[in-house]
Amino acid sequence: MSLTTHRRILLPLAAAGIVGLALTACTGDVEAGNVADTDCADYEAYGTFDDNPEVTIGGTIQDDEADRLVESWADFSTCTGIEVSYQGTKEFEAQIAVLAEAGNAPDIGIVPQPGLLARLAAGGWLKPAPQAVEENTDEFWGEDWKQYGSYDGTFYAAPLMASVKGFVWYSPTEFEEKGYEVPETLDELTALSEEIAAEGDHKPWCVGLGSGDATGWPGTDWIEDYVLRQSGPEVYDQWINHEIPFNDPQIVEAFDAVGDIIKNPDMVNGGLGDVSSVISTEFGDAGLPILDGECSLHHQASFYEGFWPEGTDVSPDGDVFAFLLPSTEAGGDKAVTGGGEFPVAFSEGEEVDAVRAYLSSDTWANNRVALGGVISANKGLDPENASSDVLKESIEILQDENTVFRFDGSDLMPAAVGSDSFWKGIVAWVSGDSTQQTVDAIESSWPSS
Amino acid sequence: MTTADLIGKIIQVVGGLAIFAAIVGLLFFFLDKAPKRGKDYWQLVVFLAPALILVFLGLIYPAIRTSLLAFTNNRGDFNGLDNFVWMFTQPAIINTLVNTVIWVLLVPTVSTVVGLAYAVFIDKSRGEKIYKALVFMPMAISMVGAGIIWKFVYDYRQSGTQQIGLLNQVVVWFGGEPVQWLQTSPINTFLLIVVMIWIQTGFAMVVLSAAIKAVPVEQLEAAEIDGTNPWQRFTNVTLPGIRGSLVVVLTTISIATLKVFDIVRTMTAGNFNTSVIANEMYTQAFRAAEPGRGSALALVLFILVLPIVIYNVRVMRKQREIR
Amino acid sequence: MSTTPIVPTTTDTATGNKLAKGADAEVGTKSRRVKRRLTSRTATVVSLIIAVLWTIPTFGLFVSSFRPAELIQSTGWWTIFQNPGFTFGNYSEVLLSASQSSPQLGSYFVNSLAIAIPGTIFPLILGAMAAYAFAWMKFRGSNGVFILIFALQIVPLQMALLPLLQMFTTFLRPLQNNLHDVLPMIPEQNYLPVWVAHTMFGLPLIIFLLHNFISEIPGEVIEAARVDGASPGQIFFRIVLPLALPAIASVAIFQFLWVWNDLLVALIFSGGTQDVAPLTQRLAELTGTRGQDWQRLTAAAFVSLIIPLIVFFSLQRYFVRGLLAGSTKG
Repeated sequence: MSLTTHRRILLPLAAAGIVGLALTACTGDVEAGNVADTDCADYEAYGTFDDNPEVTIGGTIQDDEADRLVESWADFSTCTGIEVSYQGTKEFEAQIAVLAEAGNAPDIGIVPQPGLLARLAAGGWLKPAPQAVEENTDEFWGEDWKQYGSYDGTFYAAPLMASVKGFVWYSPTEFEEKGYEVPETLDELTALSEEIAAEGDHKPWCVGLGSGDATGWPGTDWIEDYVLRQSGPEVYDQWINHEIPFNDPQIVEAFDAVGDIIKNPDMVNGGLGDVSSVISTEFGDAGLPILDGECSLHHQASFYEGFWPEGTDVSPDGDVFAFLLPSTEAGGDKAVTGGGEFPVAFSEGEEVDAVRAYLSSDTWANNRVALGGVISANKGLDPENASSDVLKESIEILQDENTVFRFDGSDLMPAAVGSDSFWKGIVAWVSGDSTQQTVDAIESSWPSS
Repeated sequence: MTTADLIGKIIQVVGGLAIFAAIVGLLFFFLDKAPKRGKDYWQLVVFLAPALILVFLGLIYPAIRTSLLAFTNNRGDFNGLDNFVWMFTQPAIINTLVNTVIWVLLVPTVSTVVGLAYAVFIDKSRGEKIYKALVFMPMAISMVGAGIIWKFVYDYRQSGTQQIGLLNQVVVWFGGEPVQWLQTSPINTFLLIVVMIWIQTGFAMVVLSAAIKAVPVEQLEAAEIDGTNPWQRFTNVTLPGIRGSLVVVLTTISIATLKVFDIVRTMTAGNFNTSVIANEMYTQAFRAAEPGRGSALALVLFILVLPIVIYNVRVMRKQREIR
Repeated sequence: MSTTPIVPTTTDTATGNKLAKGADAEVGTKSRRVKRRLTSRTATVVSLIIAVLWTIPTFGLFVSSFRPAELIQSTGWWTIFQNPGFTFGNYSEVLLSASQSSPQLGSYFVNSLAIAIPGTIFPLILGAMAAYAFAWMKFRGSNGVFILIFALQIVPLQMALLPLLQMFTTFLRPLQNNLHDVLPMIPEQNYLPVWVAHTMFGLPLIIFLLHNFISEIPGEVIEAARVDGASPGQIFFRIVLPLALPAIASVAIFQFLWVWNDLLVALIFSGGTQDVAPLTQRLAELTGTRGQDWQRLTAAAFVSLIIPLIVFFSLQRYFVRGLLAGSTKG
């Protein structure tokens, strides 16, 4: 009896083991770069590490973007001898505070929200930025960006990449064929939308708010853009700092203006379905109908450039291009919202400092931007490195002293709102809740402390 | 993954097992060397202490800590019943509580009824083994895997295009319009419940099937001679005979259902009014950085399970007394 | 699997689980029972429908995982004969591609194994020891402690996670770092916390299940060994464990499947890196980011199913027996 039992258990276990080994045997080893083939001049300042220390980096960036990120430090790694291993997971934002508290965090975490940075700093888990990073930041970034990377007077991290939110993607070819003009004011935008809708060929807008358990966030960008443009930066600041309540009439106004588009069956959802598809469509797929001529306008940040299929011509007279969501009045300084990441450190060490210094340098910014798809607010960045005109324009907007720049509001609000009830509120709102219901619910979820 | 990583992982597993074996071996070695007089005592300690210590550290102490956390805000200061007030004033959270109740009412009853019916129907039939294996198989599938399988079934494509989700295709075959199943409240909650029922029915079926086989054949034959019909035999003889198993099945499935987390998380992430307590707890504690609110939800969950514990403890007590 | 008519109630251990002594005798009578057709035609139809309904979703996923991406996206799997297409590409992509954008399931697969094997063995040995103590060593408060342990199954894991994690930081973390210093091959982020967590969470159920079985072992056997001068360790490892092997096997399968399929413990204790995180975690992530990439999801889901299915189909008779010993795992 016992012998057969043994055999019966061992066999499947052995089978399982063999399958496992077979699977992994094929994954193969990654070849290290060769120092001789690489131009190491830019990296001498960071020193060389003979014992090949490893620096682990965690973040939310995944897929192709992560491939490019890894590529951006390949030469650095080869020249300095520091092994940089990156791990992107969707759960990063949810887990990082837990990991930090448990002392389990990676050496560097690429945090996409100043709110989260503040929370981690308040927990005492972050290491302040080393001298080199601070110098780079003073040299290459504006004071406001430095503020986002600071908490309670201590500076923790320089920004990494940035994105300018509030672009409206469109097809220049279509615009030219049908004689549409790029709108200069919000009213003109509305008029344009109505014009396209009236033609009845297709719905003017395509919108997708889906993003796993973060579903709804693209909707928060819409609201933030409208608040900033309709009510101005002062109200925007009061709103995110909770100096005015979330259900303030000015916020309601922004919701209603956005609702006229994304909850309006006449306006959405070109090439994707009816209003209900606004939530079910993943944000990455949402703009693609523009390429098929089934949709004319798509609101998404500059990073969306990386989502167009390979071979798409992104230029002022190509397949797709983008204009900045206009202000209420034509002319004047541009007001934009944007986002960015901050590589914060959870551990100390020369190799960690070297990686941090590199990531805050103009060398890195130029390297990464040249790989395409993203931009940085780094002033040492040469706009010519940008992979498209949209990104070039974004860099210029960020580097322009006159731009009114505000960080993505939901990233600055307490996590209970910015990473939870605001998203969920958007989902419920688009699914049918009234604006007042929605803003009241979000207001009541604002933590009292 | 590189070969070095793989070797590292193998070293960890082999090393871990070896160290574990060494520790257990040492314990028994010292037990043998223990003085004769207190040997019974030491024996008890060696056998029982490791498990008890682990259970205390892993479950009892944390549960107490969490219960206390439920009365604090996100900075760790005591805030009385604020978290509970929050819970019962937020429409979204009330919805979550209601959903949890729907889950715990539907999943155990439906899976038990279907499992029992199936067990009776296939009892002593040809191919019983295969029949059982088919329905039991979902038990071996992770809830994440099950979530993916069913998300595929519920997939939606615009009307007019080819459906790739089976459910919508069936609707289209019958001349209906495809539906965004997972977004349409309240049906989406029921569709998620279907997934849990799909998993748990096999469990109910297997346990109840064995119980049915244990009902003495003589009793059934006697009832048959008395001229009862099959339904009467089932309700009068079989059902009382498997009462104990029914309780076990219902308890087990209820507890599993209350803790359900993976299914909701993979399929809707709690959106569209489908969240349940176990999922909301994770969201609040980790995403929203409100461990106090998360703990308060955990406490509510514990209170919901409490009646089941008390009932089972009473049954257990009776058993232990017989011994 | 249905050859042994056992009384499957936990509520009735006095008449008890007869696996240990009664099984052989009863197998004889059972096998003489003639198999007959299903009770009625309706019953046949209903069971067929249930069986089909229960199988179709998995089957559809299985078929789809071998179809090229464009076909999965554009046509239903049930039209496979009208739209034929077959590829292993989905599997090779999810398993073997080194690109960051691939799920790279290979290493997660190894992690799942590396978590599940010790995660099964550790609690099983410790649980068997405790079960033996509860069954055969008389001490004051034995009943109370046993019932407490039973009741602990019901503590929601979510309640235990945060404090446990903090405890691990204080006690396990330095150990992990030292280990990494001595053996650089072992990453600082290693399996230790996940193993310990699964051991802790698995113990109550294991103790409860094994206790029922071990208490049925004939007392004379143990007594005889003791008289012969066997040490407690010898009695436990040479006599109790072998006699309880059927139950241990079944509980082992249960625990293995549970650990393999777990998501919550992994989410919190693995840190989500490729060094530790298991398949379930990667899968959950894929559904989040890759909602529309069915070709990856289907293949990835099947990769995660393969081991549990092997274990399940080859060991199902033991699995069932383990459940019968009265499971109440949540």
